[in-house]
Amino acid sequence: MSDFETVAASENQAARRGPSGEPGIPGQVGTPQKPRSLAGDAWRDLRRNPIFWISLTLVVLVAAMAAFPELFASNDPRNCALSRQHAGPSGGAIFGYDFQGCDIYARSVYGARASLLVGLLSALLTGIIAVVVGMLAGYFGRWIDAVLSRVIDIVLGIPLLLAAIVLLKRVSTGGPNTRLAAVIVVLAILGWTTAARVVRSSVITAKEQDYVAAARMLGAGHSRIMWRHILPNSLAPAIVVLTIALGSFIAAEATLSFLGIGLKSPTISWGIDIDAGRVHMRESATPLVVPSAFLALTVLAFIMLGDAIRDAFDPKLR
Amino acid sequence: MFRYILRRLLQMVLAFFGTTLIVYALMFAGQGDPIQALAGERPVTAAQRAYLTEKYHLDATGVGGFFYRYFDYVKNLVQGDLGESLTGRSIGQILQQAWPVTVKLALIALAVAILFGVTAGVIAGIRRASIFDNSTLLLTLLVLGIPTIVLAPLAQYFLGVKLQLFPPTAGSNPTFYALLLPGIVLGSLSLATALRLTRTSVAENLRADYVRTAKSKGLLRRRIISVHVLRNSLIPVITFLGVELGNLMSGAIITEGVFNIPGVGFNLFRAIKTEDGPLVVGIVSVLVVVYLVSNLVVDVLYAVLDPRIRYE
Amino acid sequence: MTHSAVFPSPASATPEGGHLLDVRDLHVEFRTSEGVAKVINGVSYHLDPGETLAVLGESGSGKSVTAQAIMGILDTPPAVIRSGQILYQGRDLLTLSEEQRRQVRGKEIAMIFQDALSALNPTFPVGWQIGETLRQREGMSRGDARRRAIELMDLVKIPAAARRIGDYPHQFSGGMRQRVMIAMSLAMDPKVLIADEPTTALDVTVQAQIMDLLADLRRDLNMAMILITHDLGVVAGVADRIAVMYAGRIIEHADVRSLYKAPAHPYTKGLLESIPRMDVRGQELSTIKGLPPNLMRIPSGCPFHPRCPYVQQVCIDVVPHDLVLGDGRTSACHFAQEVRDDSSTR
Repeated sequence: MSDFETVAASENQAARRGPSGEPGIPGQVGTPQKPRSLAGDAWRDLRRNPIFWISLTLVVLVAAMAAFPELFASNDPRNCALSRQHAGPSGGAIFGYDFQGCDIYARSVYGARASLLVGLLSALLTGIIAVVVGMLAGYFGRWIDAVLSRVIDIVLGIPLLLAAIVLLKRVSTGGPNTRLAAVIVVLAILGWTTAARVVRSSVITAKEQDYVAAARMLGAGHSRIMWRHILPNSLAPAIVVLTIALGSFIAAEATLSFLGIGLKSPTISWGIDIDAGRVHMRESATPLVVPSAFLALTVLAFIMLGDAIRDAFDPKLR
Repeated sequence: MFRYILRRLLQMVLAFFGTTLIVYALMFAGQGDPIQALAGERPVTAAQRAYLTEKYHLDATGVGGFFYRYFDYVKNLVQGDLGESLTGRSIGQILQQAWPVTVKLALIALAVAILFGVTAGVIAGIRRASIFDNSTLLLTLLVLGIPTIVLAPLAQYFLGVKLQLFPPTAGSNPTFYALLLPGIVLGSLSLATALRLTRTSVAENLRADYVRTAKSKGLLRRRIISVHVLRNSLIPVITFLGVELGNLMSGAIITEGVFNIPGVGFNLFRAIKTEDGPLVVGIVSVLVVVYLVSNLVVDVLYAVLDPRIRYE
Repeated sequence: MTHSAVFPSPASATPEGGHLLDVRDLHVEFRTSEGVAKVINGVSYHLDPGETLAVLGESGSGKSVTAQAIMGILDTPPAVIRSGQILYQGRDLLTLSEEQRRQVRGKEIAMIFQDALSALNPTFPVGWQIGETLRQREGMSRGDARRRAIELMDLVKIPAAARRIGDYPHQFSGGMRQRVMIAMSLAMDPKVLIADEPTTALDVTVQAQIMDLLADLRRDLNMAMILITHDLGVVAGVADRIAVMYAGRIIEHADVRSLYKAPAHPYTKGLLESIPRMDVRGQELSTIKGLPPNLMRIPSGCPFHPRCPYVQQVCIDVVPHDLVLGDGRTSACHFAQEVRDDSSTR
């Protein structure tokens, strides 16, 4: 019996090896002339996406605010005077003053630092946990995978806010830096599971690739194969997940601070200011609206950025 | 089916012990003065101290003592005895009063998500890449990107205080109308997720081979979509909504707190603010159980809906 | 509802001199963001009552797309039918309204697909799916549809049909699933059955059973059948005529015996030579060199010329017409005679 596809397939391999192979890929309608790289395609898509540019601009702006707040706001956010309570705009205070008589705009600008710090470091820590767990589970498989996957299931089954409340309740003392570290660690401990799953599945895919088999045949050890060969190829999807996670971590930090169990004064955090503004909203809404806008735009920027990148890399559904 | 449910049940029991142990250990273990830890920075009266010591068997020491106390706590939890808050009220009673309100709020939120999210998702999935599709995608992205601590107070301010369309706060014994705005705020996130999930699912199923088969049977397009495509694409959506109901009941802390709704989340919100440790532990334990049970119910529901799992 | 309003006449009432099904000069394009792929470039074939036509070709040759165009289930966009006619009992299906075409589907022309697991809806019992056609199209009651579904499952030799009617597709083996698919397609006694690679997804032993079943059913129910396949081995015992497709064209068309005996197109010849023969020892199996063409950039002249051992300058410059070789054979090759003579002296 005969099978056209196998005939074509064996030919196909021969052509790929030979220098005079025909261009074009068999059996596929709509294949372009030259196979382009995935990253190249993704970049071409991204460049044409206005959402990508808007969110990127916002991210850069917030990052600049976090690094050099004094460039954006001339007033000292901690210079508060009750005599200015809910006073209108004056001088550098373009949005006026809050209940405590602090410059609303300056506080919102200075709030970017804590938010971004928590977001970035939590995402970094999350990434490290996710890569280690996902790599071990995906690479070694068997019982290691079974155990780690169950652990992921259990952690994923814990409601984030409730668990963060319980965990942070433990750290009731300590200075501002201790609290900052506590929030970061708690968010990372609870937030690594999605990224770990992504790493695990891409490691499993990468493990089956020819170049890994080749490296193994050349006598490369487990750790070399894992970190030098598999990791670089499994990182891209994890980074997309982490970009979106960064946005959620910033939102989570603000939420915890809002509840009074995250960051605490004197650290400046949008969550604290939103809570304070909420209490006095009937007298003046600006102290509520301004930090709310800062927080919402920042979180949105990261989530939209991650979303745009993911769409570009995974155009399956467009 | 039976084996599947049994396995899920075992997993749930495991997760129950895992999470309660973590909750318990974090609240009580290794503290210099566990009673002070429970009370936070508040002063503790002698009466409270005596009650807590007896209640949590704090006189037993060491690892053995810890597990003794832990199992005691679990036993009480299973029996429904949650102890008393620092203010001397029975936690069980607090929850009894709070549950109906929370359930009502969660159901309103879920109804909002189903009514708008699933419907719009189906339309967007059928008319993929249309203006409707693109604008709902962008809108849901906005909703997903705005944290509840922004959405809830702003909705309260603009729709409640400024425009006075809704009562800005609910107060005790809230009416349906008073719960409507908080319900919409609470449900908006589920709405956005449900919409995206439905859209993806419908779009994927529309391209499935069985749709081509149904078409070649000469069925009407209306029937192909409403029977074949919807049946398949709503399975993950219903599953999500089930999980979400559990989330809504345990995750309404912010919304209930902001709108002053005397539900479970509100009590937790206040317990955190007033640093009432026993009340926090009690409520969190119950919420974790609710969350786990709702996950189990959803898994069973999934098996009922999808024959591929039913006959595993 | 008057179900057969469009085609009230039985199969025997085919217009005089006409065929039951007649595809004429069909052109189909796929318009994508990458460019326009010319998938079907002037396909013509016909089918008479009670016969089996095999349509042979590699994947991407356009054999399935032609079938989907006949059924009217092409996704448009990206597909666009540029020109051509699909005459069924003398009426051009392409000029009918969508509602009229829907009436044709399943009732006049039915189709079975390659992968029955994905082609059947996973969330409904098989009996329900077979009966759905009857309930929706013939207005049958639930009970009647159920009884008829059991009959149909018996007809395709599914053991214990009455007991298995409530089972779901994933509970059947691959061969049984394909039988369910066939039973479903037969629900309304179609006059034409299109089988799109019906055995490709199956084990070799099961393949033969399904092919035998299809051949028996075609004879017993007096249907005409279009058998789409890439497997020459499947065709021999079942088909009356063979149409070989390449790059969206029919490049050779002949009755089975003469095509096997002496292929008149270098492509068909290459295909036959790549089959291992029982009667020759120590033979070297030949393969066709090169790759199937890119449909966005089909080669000039004869589309097969880059891979053809007979290639001359004329093949690069001029598109070959169908050369009629007597007894109804055609070959789209400038050197059809030579190729056939070469083949027969082999």
